[in-house]
Amino acid sequence: MVLILLTLVFLLLRVAPGNPIQAALGGHVPEQYVHQIEHKLGFDKPLLTQYGDYLWNVVRGDLGTTITDNRPLSQIITQNGAATFELAIFAMLIAVMVGVPLGLIAGRNRDTPLDVGCRVFGIVAYATPVFFLGLMSQLVFGIWLGWLPISGQASPTTQAFLQTHTNILFVDAIWDGDGAALWDVTRHLILPAMTLGLATAGIFIRLTRINVIRTLRDDYIEAARARGIAERRVVFHHAFKNALVPVITIVGLNLAILFGGAVLTETTFNWPGIGHELVLYLENRDYAGVQGIIVVFALVVVAVSVVVDFINAYVDPRIRY
Amino acid sequence: MATSTLRPRTPHGRARLIAAGRAMQPIRDASGIARTMLWTGVGITGFFVVLALFAPLLSRYDFNDYRANGVRFPALDPPSGLHWMGTTVQSDDVMARVIYGTQTELKVVIAAVVMSLTLGVPLGLISGYFGGTLDRALVLVMDALFAFPYLLIAIVIAFLLSTSSIGGGILTAAFAITVAYVPLYFRVVRNHVVSLREEAYVDAARALGARPRTVIRKYVFFNVVQNVPPIATLNAADAILLLAALGFLGYGIQPSQGAEWGYDISRAVSDAASGVWWTGLFPGIAIVLLVTGLTLVGEGLNETINPVLRQRRFGHFEFDEREPREEALLEG
Repeated sequence: MVLILLTLVFLLLRVAPGNPIQAALGGHVPEQYVHQIEHKLGFDKPLLTQYGDYLWNVVRGDLGTTITDNRPLSQIITQNGAATFELAIFAMLIAVMVGVPLGLIAGRNRDTPLDVGCRVFGIVAYATPVFFLGLMSQLVFGIWLGWLPISGQASPTTQAFLQTHTNILFVDAIWDGDGAALWDVTRHLILPAMTLGLATAGIFIRLTRINVIRTLRDDYIEAARARGIAERRVVFHHAFKNALVPVITIVGLNLAILFGGAVLTETTFNWPGIGHELVLYLENRDYAGVQGIIVVFALVVVAVSVVVDFINAYVDPRIRY
Repeated sequence: MATSTLRPRTPHGRARLIAAGRAMQPIRDASGIARTMLWTGVGITGFFVVLALFAPLLSRYDFNDYRANGVRFPALDPPSGLHWMGTTVQSDDVMARVIYGTQTELKVVIAAVVMSLTLGVPLGLISGYFGGTLDRALVLVMDALFAFPYLLIAIVIAFLLSTSSIGGGILTAAFAITVAYVPLYFRVVRNHVVSLREEAYVDAARALGARPRTVIRKYVFFNVVQNVPPIATLNAADAILLLAALGFLGYGIQPSQGAEWGYDISRAVSDAASGVWWTGLFPGIAIVLLVTGLTLVGEGLNETINPVLRQRRFGHFEFDEREPREEALLEG
């Protein structure tokens, strides 16, 4: 599947009209210079050779270098990827913490006002674009109340003094035991993570609800009730546990959607993540940068789906590979 | 002669009318929450359709008017009697942009949904019915696309198209959204067809010597197509969000070609720093309302047409619980 994505990305960017090098460097570059770069990047070779080279490089772990600012993709992954990772993890935590309980409540109390309330909340949360929610939270919490910073991953001083171990600032601050930095990083993290998390929570509410309803209809729930097990225990031990198995899969698959949302959140909050970089490279028409980042996204999506399969096998004894 | 158009003249036509009536039955029978959801959604969506159709009558100004009667509007004016939703930095009337934005939004979404249906459904039918190498190749490509964040697919397509001579118009945006959604329709339709293919009545039709074309058209298509309205409606809701996201990133509709809510919000981000709320709030509310409306219609349809709730939301969250038999078919 990775191969197919790689091929699609490669073909799409090659059939695109216009000379990518010229586009990336702006109109007024001497012809000779363009040819030189073309040669360096191998754009003057036949398409098939280019494709072969490209695949070979990816296999070797070399995703290339951007045209406009000459950054190796590996550097983008470790620096910007870390920022996206930090945002995605916390957003996912918030989405699960909000979405799953509300979904359980709604499913348990099907067709009651409580259910309707949860569902409406879910639908509205889903219907709100992340960038709109982000904008409004910036206005309320950043500008009017002045509680939280509205842009960036940390304040300049923190960024200057914090030692980098993992590039994930949150982890770095803990690593150094730097309380002030940790506080600063957390404050910067709250709004973007809340925004992205709430937008994703809508999906989880709906999903958890459906699974609970489905599970509560199953025979073994009936059986458990018939054996006289307290309703509370039936719901918590028998129903919820089983209802959550498919939710795990979807949490994993939703990471792909979360990445889409991350691009928007990062742009809104000026968060220096990989999605933010993607938008920059798109604006600068840097095909190598765009291609590299998309490949990274593809690899992550595939890797996550493999991990989800393993988790599923672990949680659900019926699945064995 | 109005009556003759209503009354079916051939038995065939009558059968079709009855079938149509039967298809509407669950909607009439809908009750409780599903019914409320459905009609609330229809109401909200209807409101926006009216807004789009009568935009020139309802809006005091055009979407790119920055002056009236030779007087330039004040820039960043808070909501007032003259400009109910205030004005932007470029002195555009926010309300006019919100109202005209409805037109853009609906045009793109209708185009996108129609295009993805005309591509995805036939591909799914053919691929699912005939199987074989074509099927395997298509499934492979579609699954790869499906696993990928569809916002990114749409961005890349819109980006590529906008660099070419076609430019960023309604069709470009619609096409970018189409590419992102075709895999969804393909999957839903194909998987359904694969299971239908072995049904007794399809077998019977084949045994009677019907050509594949006839079998697909008369027996498979109508069974599959039932699943489409809820998905298409939910998809339309999603398409609004996708279009707004494209607009927000600057790859949607170009500002001169029409008002677009996502683009307006992206402009509003810089206003927010100085505490200006009206340029972002109103387009945002419009998005939330329209998407909520369409989602309610979709969910309502889903529950009324499909009481078993077998088809849930988008295909994203649907499990492919392929039976061993299907698995075997897939392997060839």
